[in-house]
Amino acid sequence: MAHNKVENNNTKNANGHKKSMWSIHNRGEMIWGWIFVLPTILGLVILNIIPIIQTIYQSFFKTGAFGRGNIFVGLENYQKMFGESEIWQSLLNTVIYTIIEVPLSIFIALVLAVLLNRKMKGISVYRTIFFMPMVAAPAAIAMVWRWLYNSDFGLINQFIKLIGGTPLNYISNPNTAIFWVAVVGIWSVIGYNMVLFISGLQEIPNDYYEASSIDGAGPIRQFFSITIPLISPTMFFVTVTRVIAAMQIFDVIYMMIDRTNAALPKVQSLVYLFYKYAFVQNNRGYGAAIIVLLLVIIMIITAIQNYAQKKWVTYN
Amino acid sequence: MDHTKRNTTILIHIVLIIGAAIMLIPFIWMILTSFKTVSESTQVDPFLIFPTHWVTRAFDDVFRKMDFARLYLNTILMIAGRVICAVATASLAGYAFARLKFPGKNFLFMLVLAQLMVPSQIFIIPQYLMVSKLGLLNTIFSLIFPGLVSAFGTFLMRQFYMALPKDLEEAAKLDGCNIPQTFLWIMSPLTRSGMVALGIFTALFGFKDLMWPLVANPEQGTMPISAALAKLQGQYAVDYPELMAASLLAIVPMIVVYIIFQKQFIEGIATSGGKL
Repeated sequence: MAHNKVENNNTKNANGHKKSMWSIHNRGEMIWGWIFVLPTILGLVILNIIPIIQTIYQSFFKTGAFGRGNIFVGLENYQKMFGESEIWQSLLNTVIYTIIEVPLSIFIALVLAVLLNRKMKGISVYRTIFFMPMVAAPAAIAMVWRWLYNSDFGLINQFIKLIGGTPLNYISNPNTAIFWVAVVGIWSVIGYNMVLFISGLQEIPNDYYEASSIDGAGPIRQFFSITIPLISPTMFFVTVTRVIAAMQIFDVIYMMIDRTNAALPKVQSLVYLFYKYAFVQNNRGYGAAIIVLLLVIIMIITAIQNYAQKKWVTYN
Repeated sequence: MDHTKRNTTILIHIVLIIGAAIMLIPFIWMILTSFKTVSESTQVDPFLIFPTHWVTRAFDDVFRKMDFARLYLNTILMIAGRVICAVATASLAGYAFARLKFPGKNFLFMLVLAQLMVPSQIFIIPQYLMVSKLGLLNTIFSLIFPGLVSAFGTFLMRQFYMALPKDLEEAAKLDGCNIPQTFLWIMSPLTRSGMVALGIFTALFGFKDLMWPLVANPEQGTMPISAALAKLQGQYAVDYPELMAASLLAIVPMIVVYIIFQKQFIEGIATSGGKL
C-alpha cells in the first residue's frame, strides 16, 4: 500500500516532464518504453484480450454437429442457460463452496499465522508442513482425499469406527458432498493464506502490543483491537483473490466426483459445466455462455467487495 | 508469570502439532497405501496402518502403464518454457511501466491490470482453437502457450522496479549507459528476488494446472504429469495402491524441490501476494 505513494510521485514526474520538449533522450526513452512493453502487450492481446471478445462472441452461436461451422442463434444459449435447473444448481454449488471455503480457510490460516508469528522452536518446521499442500498437484491431492473419504475402507471411517462412531458417506451423499469437497479446498489453501498473513503480521510494530499490554489488554483483546484492524488490508487482498479462485473450482470436483456419482448434480460447479459442454460435448457456444456468466458474477462480487472495503479495511 | 508463559507455549505447540498432523496424514497415508497389496489396502478387520510386507508391486505396475520419464520431461519443459518467457517479458514490461516515460503507458497498464480480475477459463476456448489451427496440439509448445506472457508477473516486476532507488539510473546514465544497458546490467540484477518469486509462482501454477493440458494435450505421451494422473484414475478406479503410487511419484519431485528451496518458496509466495 506504500507503493501507491511512489506511483503518485511517478505520474507527477511524468507530467512535469511532458511539458518540456521531447529531447532526443526522451524520444529514445519513448521508443525503448514501447519496445520493452511490446512482447507483453502483444502476448496479452493475442492470448487474453482477443479470446475474451471471441468467447463472448461465441456465446451467441451454436456449434454445428461434427464441428460444422457456427450458427448464429442470438441469445438462445443464454435463454437455454437460465431455463436450466442444472445451471442454477451449479451456480448454487459454486456459491456454497465459496462460502464454506473462503471464510474457514481465512480464519484457520489467521489463527495459525498468529500462533506462528513469535519466537519459538520449530516455527519453520510448522510453516513448511502447513504450506506443503500448495506444492502438490491437485490431481494427486484429490486422489488421496478420495481414498481417505472412501466409505468402506477409508482411513477416516476406520478411525470413526475405532472410536465407536457411525461411519459416514462423504462424497457419495448428495447432501454433504459439497462440504467434504470444500474441506479438501480448505486443507489445500490454508498454507498459502497463512504465509500471506504471517508477512502481514510481521509489519505490525511490536510497540503496539507492548503499549496495550501496559494498558492491561490480554491476548484476545489485542487480537481484535490491534491484529485484526492492522492486518485488514492483507485480509482484504486474500479475501478478494480467494473468492475469485474459489468461484473457479474445478480440479477437485473433476478428480473426486465420478460421472456416475449420484452426488454430482449437487457438487458440479460452473467451471465444471463449462468444461463439460465446451470440451466433452463440444458445444462451445453453450460453454462460452456459461463462462461469460461466471465472468459477470465474479466482476459483480469483486465490485461489491471493493465498495465494502471502505467499511472494514483500515489503511494507516 | 514465567509459569503461565511456558504453559502458553506448550498449548500453542499442541495446537500446531494437531494441525501439522492433519496436514501430513494424507501424505503419509499416500505413502503407506502405495506399499500395500490391493487386498491389504482394503482390509477392514483387522485394519492395517502399516503394510505387513512393503511391496513395490504398485510402483512396478505404474511404471509399466505410464512413461514417467516422458511425463517428467514434458512437465519440466512446460515449466521451464513458461518461467523463462514470463520472467523475461515481465521484467522488460515491468521496468518500462515503472521507470520509462512513453505515451499510452497508463492505458496499456490498465490493460494489464484488467487481466487479473478475469476467470482464466474465459481464454481457453479461443486459445485451444488458435493452437489447433496452428496444428500444434499435443506439443510442448501448446503446454507453454498460455504462459508466454504474464499479466500478474508484469504487475509484480513493476512493483520491484519501483522500489529501486532513482540514483542508480542517473549514475548509469552519466557513465554512458543507454536504456537497454541500464536495464540489463544495472537494474535487472537488483530484482533477482522478484524474478525468483515470479519464477516459483509461475512454476507452481503450471505444475498444478489441469484443465489446459487436458484440453490441449490429450494424447498420452504428450501430457504433463497432472493430466496423466487424471487419466489414470479414470482407467483404474479401484486399485488404490496403484493410484497412490502414481500420485506419490507425481508430487515427490516438486516436494523435494520445495524442501530444498523452502525459504525461496515461502518468501516468493509472501512477496508476490503481499506486493499486490
